[in-house]
Amino acid sequence: MAIKKRADSSAAKGLHTELLHTMLLQRRFEEKVAEAYALGKIGGFCHLYIGQEAVGTGVISMLRDDDYVITTYRDHGQAIARGVTPRSVMAELFGRVDGCSKGKGGSMHIFDRNVNFLGGHGIVGAHVPIATGVAFAIKYRGGNQAIVCFMGEAAVNNGAFHEALNMAGLWKLPVIYVIENNKYGMGTAVERASSIKDMYKRGETYSITSAEVDGQDVLAVRDAMATALERARDDYQPTLLEIRTYRFMGHSMSDAVSGTYRTKAELEEYLKRDPINLLEAKMKTAGEITDAQIAEMEKEIGLVVQDAWDFADASPEPPLEALYEDVLVETTSG
Amino acid sequence: MPLITYRDALNQALREEMHKDDRVFLMGEEVGVYNGAYKVSKGLLEEFGEMRVVDTPITELGFAGVGVGAAMVGLRPIVEFMTWNFALLALDQVVNAAAKMLYMSGGQFNMPIVFRGPNGAALQLSAQHSQSWESWLAHIPGLKVVAPGTPYDAKGLLKSAIRDDNPVIVLEGEMLYNIKGEVPDEEYLIPLGKAELKREGDHCSIITSGKMVLVAMQAADQLAKEGIKIDVVDLRTIRPMDVDAITTSVKKTNRAVVLEEGWEICGIGAQIVDYIQRDCFDHLDAPVIRVHQADTPMPYAKALERAAKPDLPKTIAAVKKVMYIEA
Repeated sequence: MAIKKRADSSAAKGLHTELLHTMLLQRRFEEKVAEAYALGKIGGFCHLYIGQEAVGTGVISMLRDDDYVITTYRDHGQAIARGVTPRSVMAELFGRVDGCSKGKGGSMHIFDRNVNFLGGHGIVGAHVPIATGVAFAIKYRGGNQAIVCFMGEAAVNNGAFHEALNMAGLWKLPVIYVIENNKYGMGTAVERASSIKDMYKRGETYSITSAEVDGQDVLAVRDAMATALERARDDYQPTLLEIRTYRFMGHSMSDAVSGTYRTKAELEEYLKRDPINLLEAKMKTAGEITDAQIAEMEKEIGLVVQDAWDFADASPEPPLEALYEDVLVETTSG
Repeated sequence: MPLITYRDALNQALREEMHKDDRVFLMGEEVGVYNGAYKVSKGLLEEFGEMRVVDTPITELGFAGVGVGAAMVGLRPIVEFMTWNFALLALDQVVNAAAKMLYMSGGQFNMPIVFRGPNGAALQLSAQHSQSWESWLAHIPGLKVVAPGTPYDAKGLLKSAIRDDNPVIVLEGEMLYNIKGEVPDEEYLIPLGKAELKREGDHCSIITSGKMVLVAMQAADQLAKEGIKIDVVDLRTIRPMDVDAITTSVKKTNRAVVLEEGWEICGIGAQIVDYIQRDCFDHLDAPVIRVHQADTPMPYAKALERAAKPDLPKTIAAVKKVMYIEA
């Protein structure tokens, strides 16, 4: 999905409608995922993106098809924003053969080569050097693509993050590091884990231009991305964006939404800035959408999500011989 | 046939493969301006430029990850570790990323990447710089592991490793870089996964790889003077291991010594002995004996270091023991 910058009002209306659609699809898809998890159709670890949709949607909506996206284990929402089909994501979560990773990866390892979605990665911070390597390859070939690397704010205390940013700053690589600061690394508040509170300042250490962005405002996210992409495409310059957001669910399915490490009052405060509600309100004020149109959109998305469920449920489990497949490839370069 | 060093054989392999395929590039500490900590990459920066011969900061985890990312989108990185001791910092990328990317992506992203550098002990480098990591690396599904013991094998195996579409670990040796051997002018490849019978004999098998091949050959020479004929099986590739070559030899000689540079517990030798007991149980005339490093960190003092390392006298003693010959 590639959406052009805001232009005239009818273009703005179309853009906003598309952004709203993506965020609603992410939200309803993951609500369905939670339902499937409760029924035992999905196993293992499962981390929901609910509350953070404006980040993935805003960032990815600015990309071209030939750009790249890499992310963490909280990956369903970004995958869907990038165009991995709800069917193949749901089938992957169900551990079925029609999943994007043939049922071998699960929730944390959504990959789709067709849309340059380079995976959900399960080791905190470890994909940051990998993103940097993709950027190295872009520059090596003289291309003008960019790679976006999503990470949580807890990753920036990790050695891999610092090693990678040093090389990106040193070698001038077209990578956009997106820190989704949702305030908690699992159950540890950012103030209890990081010596500085402003994550974007980490970029300065490595001569990387950095900015802080409101992650509940999808249009603000897009504006920040526009500048970052120009720098990547025109000058092979990296950018670090700290996008401040909040997750409305627990860290994973086994984590209570509030009560242990964050209060219900805090959660309720953030729920007032639900990114979907914010965009809807803005669009209604501007006369870009009506309640009836939103209801229509919800209905259509409901069908898409149910279709994903039905597809996943009908997809067979991988055959046992798949156990030994894809450990190695048999090919060589010549 | 030209006689060249193991170092130059590796250099030729790098140069030839970089000429052949412009997706191939070399990165690591001191590989460029310094010409390589052990001069393996000598002259390559001048020939290929700094985009293809990349000096990195001292940041093993980081640049191993850069290699993984580049491989993911179709380049063919060769990541040099100054030694495998330092590569411990990078193992997350080797094990959790390179080895698993193909599998966890359901076959979408293969990893044409080589991780190479010297493995094992040199002389008096003490505990942190003298370790053999082959059993750690060979433990991991999704990796291939080679350990060339001669200049000829070093060139042929490295070229095959670079062309392989999987992650391949190349374990070299600081003490091997100066060793000379015959290497033909014309191009050749050595297939991964194939052992070589380096010496034929029917009294006892020595199964080994990497730097220990030299020790095994010396042992075979010396024992030949006493009329004892040794089959020296050089595994060349540790994973996938050429089990047929091992069992064919042991079924012929009925006796085996397994010689490895690393520690005993859970070492490569333990796996080889398992293959032997599974397939050659009725053929054995004596229990298999393993020769390996002492179960301690490597000491600095000369005499202690000598006592810790597997060597020629220990290997000869093991062969005699397995043949029930009084020392």
